[in-house]
Parts: sequence; structure tokens; C-alpha cells
Amino acid sequence: MSALMLSETVGTPVRQPLMRATGVSKSYGETIGCLDVSFTLNPGEVIGIVGESGSGKSTLLNVLSAQLSPDTGTVEYDLRHKGMSDIFRLSEPDRRRLMRTDWGIVHQNPRDGLRMDVSAGGNVGERLMAIGARHYGEIRAEGLDWLAKVELDASRVDDKPKTFSGGMQQRLQIARNLVTRPRLIFMDEPTGGLDVSVQARLLDLLRGLVRELGIAAIVVTHDLAVVRLLADRLMVMRHGRVVEEGLTDQVLDDPHHPYTQLLVSSVLQV
Amino acid sequence: MNAVVEKASWDEAYNFAYLDEQTKRMIRRALLKAVAIPGYQVPFGGREMPLAYGWGTGGMQVTASVIGPSDTLKVIDQGADDTTNAVSIRRFFKRVAGVATTEATEEASVIQTRHRIPEKPLKEGQVLVYQVPQPEPLRKLEPRETETRKMHGYAEYGLMHVRLYEDISRFGHIATTYSYPVMVNGRYVMSPSPIPKFDNPKMENNPAIQLFGAGREKRIYAIPPYTSVKSLDFDDHPFEVQRWPQACALCGARDSYLDEVVLDDKGGRMFVCSDTHFCADRQEKGHRGPMAADPAAGAFARSSDTSARKEGER
Repeated sequence: MSALMLSETVGTPVRQPLMRATGVSKSYGETIGCLDVSFTLNPGEVIGIVGESGSGKSTLLNVLSAQLSPDTGTVEYDLRHKGMSDIFRLSEPDRRRLMRTDWGIVHQNPRDGLRMDVSAGGNVGERLMAIGARHYGEIRAEGLDWLAKVELDASRVDDKPKTFSGGMQQRLQIARNLVTRPRLIFMDEPTGGLDVSVQARLLDLLRGLVRELGIAAIVVTHDLAVVRLLADRLMVMRHGRVVEEGLTDQVLDDPHHPYTQLLVSSVLQV
Repeated sequence: MNAVVEKASWDEAYNFAYLDEQTKRMIRRALLKAVAIPGYQVPFGGREMPLAYGWGTGGMQVTASVIGPSDTLKVIDQGADDTTNAVSIRRFFKRVAGVATTEATEEASVIQTRHRIPEKPLKEGQVLVYQVPQPEPLRKLEPRETETRKMHGYAEYGLMHVRLYEDISRFGHIATTYSYPVMVNGRYVMSPSPIPKFDNPKMENNPAIQLFGAGREKRIYAIPPYTSVKSLDFDDHPFEVQRWPQACALCGARDSYLDEVVLDDKGGRMFVCSDTHFCADRQEKGHRGPMAADPAAGAFARSSDTSARKEGER
């Protein structure tokens, strides 16, 4: 054990976090979005953010994914070439490039994340073309490969997403995001609006992909079952603040904060 | 200039070339900026013209700003000099600017065009003015103007290839035949206006100045002489222009852009040059197509031009 620790400090570099948020606050005038949130995300780790509606989960996710700028606090990300850098200090083209290559964003409503009048193959290929792929055959092969990975039928590659069911649209959105092999993926209620059997399949698929590809993820949800399945660590939010955080099983099985206790006990048992 | 003003040859109820001098200065400033940044869309304060939007108001404002009393103007609409749109714009400038007009490409110093580039190669010193209905090549894919401006600003043009991808996946080849997007000077993706993609290669390294005016959208852009203009494509689906198995029925040309003309309701049809001056010029020089002897064919070709389609403008 001590030899292992020694070799880690001497031989390999210290494990670098992928993202670090420090004192992030965002308010909308008088209304508080999120207040003084700090955490560290390691590569390959999945963090769940739970809390009731209006607790600031989505605001926090939008700040972390650079879609909203925070009032105070910093969000640092481990860029491939520059190391830890504040994402709000990057130039806009750099930030946009980061968002469409190294990050993925899965929206609650697939309409926000997909181009509904572009075929499934085109949706998956868009990011590849955005980073310079100019060979139709290769783009299409990659698209088909990803459709298979998210369990969509290859014969639907030329169909438009508006002809897809909700669950299929959600899976297509995941394929579209993962095609550039991002290291971090943001998910806002990925299973919202899906019926339970479809939810279960989607969660299964997500868990497999995240583990297989070693992608880190930040998942916002109000559904405790989703975080139980997906997340390594959990943050519980209320009124914009993080009231409790820890390992998922620990927080869910032994909640300390009264609000977390209420949340856990509110889940309906079938 | 004084001599010209002394014996004004235009309808003096109007300022020279219809627009007032301040407006022309404003448009010229926009044109200078456009020429300095090839392919970049410069906003300008578009004026009302005595013509409906979609009929060439943008092109007319550009023409009015660059034309001088000693210029010779040619106006074409889908290649033809004698269609309604071309005739009325030509007559307009004859009246408000008193300029000489011509149908011959080589004699014109300013050519205003809708949907075609003349077949005859352009020379240095000529100005080609395009009428543009929709200047934004990304519009069909990205409806937000704020977003398309950023995409141009940061040269994020992956979306343009999504459009071509969709074509290939649906039709097996790039089926876009007009308004085919081009990359200008290796920097800006530009809509060439609804010219057939047959004409795209003519824009590359052209000695003439090419100016584009969009009246409704109030944008001006330009390609200076001898500028690189590449049509977008995929490595395994390279850009290709249209080809016809037929030659022109009247002049026998095999290298020009042909219009299909329906002759009767029994499937009879012929193909004729869309560039009427090019075709007439060849016939004068003794070139003959298979139907050249038939006087009805010539009449048909002309009558079909006047009812030319207005796709892309509506």
C-alpha cells in the first residue's frame, strides 16, 4: 500500500481533476439561481445533482457548461493543451470549439439538442464535419457505427428525428454528442418525459457507454433512481445551495440533512 | 463631369442614376468594405426602389452606385436580355442615368444579372452586379441571425457540409443545382445567388469585379478580381457541374448552359442556350443547331424565356 502510494507520487503525475468549480454563484436579480457552489470532478467520474424544481440545478448546469456566465466564482477545466483554465476567460471561438468537441450536452428536450429536419446520420455527422471531416463515406460509416452503439436500427439512418419516438430521439442525441469522444458530458434530466421501461433501457445504455468510454458526466435530475444507477457521487441542492454531498449510496442510504431525508423518503415505493 | 451635367442626357426629374448622392456614397462605402473582405456580407441602408422586393432592388442599388455617364449597361435575367425584368431594369437606367445599353457581353462595362453569369468570359474592368434574394448561405440550416454571424466570424462552417451530406444521403449525389455554396478567398462561405452551379467555376479567378446586392435583406458582398472561389464538396463526392447530352438546338453549342423548352404536349422538347446573346452571336457566325432552320423553334425559345421561372426569389 505504501509502495503504491509512493510510486503514484513519484512515478506518475498526481491525478489531475477534470473540472473544478469554486464558489460559483448566479442570481437573476433578486432571485437566487445557485449560491457558492464548489466541487471537483475527476476524469471518468459521474456526479449527480438532485433537488426539487427551482433548487438551482439547471442554473448550475448551464453555468458549468458555459451556457451562462456566473456572477462570481470560477469554473476551471482541464484543456487538452493548456491544462486547467478558467472557461470564462477563453476566447469565444475557443469556448465554442471546446463545447462541440471535448464536451457533450444532452438536453432534456431532444428538440433543443437535435436538428429535427436533418436526417439521423446528418445529426450524428455534424460534429465530425464541424471539426473538418470531409469524406462522406467515413462520416456515414461513423454515423452508422454510433447508431448501432445506441441501439438504433441502421435502416433509420436517413430518417428525420421527428419521425422517431421520444426514447429514440434521446438516444440519437446521445450518439450525436459522443461521436467526437468527449471527456465530459452534461445531462439535464436525460430521462425526463420517457415512460419507465424506456427510461430503464436508456439508463442501461448510458451506464454502459459512460463506463466503457470512461467519460465523466454531470447529471442533473430530480429522479433519485437515475442517480442511484448512474452517479458515483451526489450533490443535493436546495434554494440554490448544496446542502449535502458524498458518495451516492452513502447519501441515499444514510441521509444526514433534513431536506435529503425528506427527499429520500418521498420516493414512492411500488 | 461638368460637361456631362451641362447637357444632361437623363430625365432630370431624378438625380443621376435615381438615388441621391448621399445614398450612393453610403452604398459605395459598403462596396469598398465588401471588396476589402471578399465574401463578407456588409449591411447597408437599403432604399425603396420603384420595383417590388425580389425583382432586383439590391442589384439596382449597387448598379446605381457604381454606374457613370460613360458606362455601357447590359442587363440579363436568367441569361436572357429580352425578358420582362431585364427590359424594365435596362429601360429604367436608360431613363434615370442616360447610359448607353447593349446586349453584347464584351461591349458592356456594367452587367447586372439575375441567375446567370454570361457564357462569354469577362474581362478586366468589367463589373458584374448580381441580384441576390437570400445572401445568407447558412439560413436554411440556422435561422438565428446572431448565430450565423458568429459562425461566419469564427469560420465554423461544418453546418454547410451537413446540407451537402443530406443531399448525398437522400439522392446519392450532391443534388443542389443552384445557389451552390462557395468558399471565397479561403475564408468566408458565400451564397453565389441563385446562379446554376454550372456557373460556379466562372467565379474563380475572374478578372471582373463581382458585386452582390440583396435589397430585402440589405446586404452587400463582393468578390474582387482574381480571387479564389471554391465550391464546397466532399473528398469522395467532388464538385461537378451539370452536363447535357444534347447540343443547343439553335446554335449547336455544347459547352453552354441549356434551358429545356417544351414544344408540344406529345413529349416534344428542345434544349437551347440560356444566354441569348451568346446563342445569337454564334448563329450570326454561322453555327447551326439541329433545329436552327425551324422558325417556330426560335420563337418558342424566346416566348419561353419571358415566362422564365422565378425560383429562389419567392
